[in-house]
Amino acid sequence: MNSGMLRQMRPTFFYALLGLVFMFVAPQVLQLFTIINLTTAIALAVLALSLALIWGYGGILCFGQVAFFGLGAYVYTISAINFGGSTWAIVMAVLVTSAFAAALGYFIFFGRVSDVYLGVITLTVTLIFFSLIRRTSGPEYKIGNALLGGFNGVSSPPINLPWNTSQFLFPEHVFYVAMAALIICYVFAGWLVNTKFGRVCVAIRENELRAELLGYDSRLYKLGIFTIGAGIAAIGGVLFCNGVGRITPDVFNLYNAALTIIWVIVGGRGTLIGPIGATFALFYLTSALGGQSVLNNNLVLGAILIVFVLLVPKGVAPTVIDWVNARRKTAPVRVRRRRGARAEGTE
Amino acid sequence: MTRQRGDVVLETRGLCMHFGGVRAVDQVDFTLFDRELRCLIGPNGAGKSTFFKCLTGQLTPSAGEVMIRGQAMTGAEPFEVASLGVGIKTQVPNVFDGLTAEENIWISARRWHDERRTRAVTADTIERLRLGDIRRMQLGRLAHGQRQWVELGMVVAAEPWLVLLDEPAAGMTHDETFRTAELIEEINKTSALIVVEHDMQFIRMISRTVTLFHEGRILMEDTMDAISADKRAREVYLGHRA
Repeated sequence: MNSGMLRQMRPTFFYALLGLVFMFVAPQVLQLFTIINLTTAIALAVLALSLALIWGYGGILCFGQVAFFGLGAYVYTISAINFGGSTWAIVMAVLVTSAFAAALGYFIFFGRVSDVYLGVITLTVTLIFFSLIRRTSGPEYKIGNALLGGFNGVSSPPINLPWNTSQFLFPEHVFYVAMAALIICYVFAGWLVNTKFGRVCVAIRENELRAELLGYDSRLYKLGIFTIGAGIAAIGGVLFCNGVGRITPDVFNLYNAALTIIWVIVGGRGTLIGPIGATFALFYLTSALGGQSVLNNNLVLGAILIVFVLLVPKGVAPTVIDWVNARRKTAPVRVRRRRGARAEGTE
Repeated sequence: MTRQRGDVVLETRGLCMHFGGVRAVDQVDFTLFDRELRCLIGPNGAGKSTFFKCLTGQLTPSAGEVMIRGQAMTGAEPFEVASLGVGIKTQVPNVFDGLTAEENIWISARRWHDERRTRAVTADTIERLRLGDIRRMQLGRLAHGQRQWVELGMVVAAEPWLVLLDEPAAGMTHDETFRTAELIEEINKTSALIVVEHDMQFIRMISRTVTLFHEGRILMEDTMDAISADKRAREVYLGHRA
């Protein structure tokens, strides 16, 4: 890591620090119920981060990012039940999900499937998972000791201390784990987009042909960022089933697939912090709306999406950044002009 | 690298590109020697751009073969052609619109160099092409001519030994065209070039040997003066211009 990259990553470290402060302050001031709720929001934020990476930076509009999220949760749950501990189950969740994404991505990217069909394929894969796992309610559908449970899902064993299966984490501790995971994933993604790999991915997003004409194999780079994104989504899935306590096939439904896209649109493509922030904001908005019965939840979400697409098409974070940059650019000019005027006056 | 002036660096044999019944490129045998500067000319639809796209991997030829430095590159992907050390500029400016001029050139140089050397090459290229003023500007906000220059900068920054340019002077002002010609002369000191061009004045500025395309075939290959004097060539192309 050189000094240039450190400078580039300054905002990333700033937000990571904010996250750290939040991680240690929140359990002191908030109620346990809120903390448990927050854990779920954090898991979803990791999912949003993964799509922010592959869509915002890789230019890959994956409509089925929840497939990797849900797959990670299922692999974790089934492995944890069979292994009797969570440590290797987490590793399995990330590895199996990444391997699945790599295999799927291989056919998509090396088959040069166009963007629209990529969205269709990934969404279809998600819905296949949804239908498939919903039909696994009989006792014959089991992997090792774990019953898949059909639409009722499986209850997920909580995370335990590394290699110490008797020491389970309580919900308030899972919050720390989730927050730490979010911060680590965020800093990792922030680092990745500043490496050569990340910058080439952005170049491919901007103009794939040009990147190829410079000698970069765009298929490899896209496959790489797609696989890494799936791995991060799987971490989100592990946190999610820990926060909720179980995993059901509903995670793969159309509503969740669309919601992930909405977080990134509202937060802003091309930033990582935007979609994370949007996830928290929309999570609390839907929770608040759940407490009343005047407005339909989906109606409000739909309205928000339309407003953003029409009025803030870049999303919140890029719009704010543009605004700050524009102010910064004009400010010194103004000062210079004033000095110039004074100089003229004295002559 | 043991390259000599007389070596063949690019060769096509019986190259064909058919679109349905249209023979855009028809049985083209073409040879380019190292450190040569070759212009491809011809009326609209003569097949020069299609030929160019077959060389750069943007199109897969229907028949025939492309050899670059003795390696069979027929139907290769564009990145495979570029990875041989070939610099390519397409007809429509192909740049990274969301990135700054500096980042555009950085991406090109980084393909071949480590971090530190990339920085040096990027700075060097920006100075050489006089892009200092627009260094930190997003490409999407620049004028057409400037974008063309950044694209040329990307080609130069990769330090290629073979350069393929499709209409590098298109849409440039007179002054910019003149500078482009100068740059091409400079590139030619170290690398071979193929330049597809429409602009006769520009070709006269740079040309040594000119290949004239007509209806997908090579009609003749000679100096610009000889082509201007030739009756057939004037009929197909220059008649209504010169």
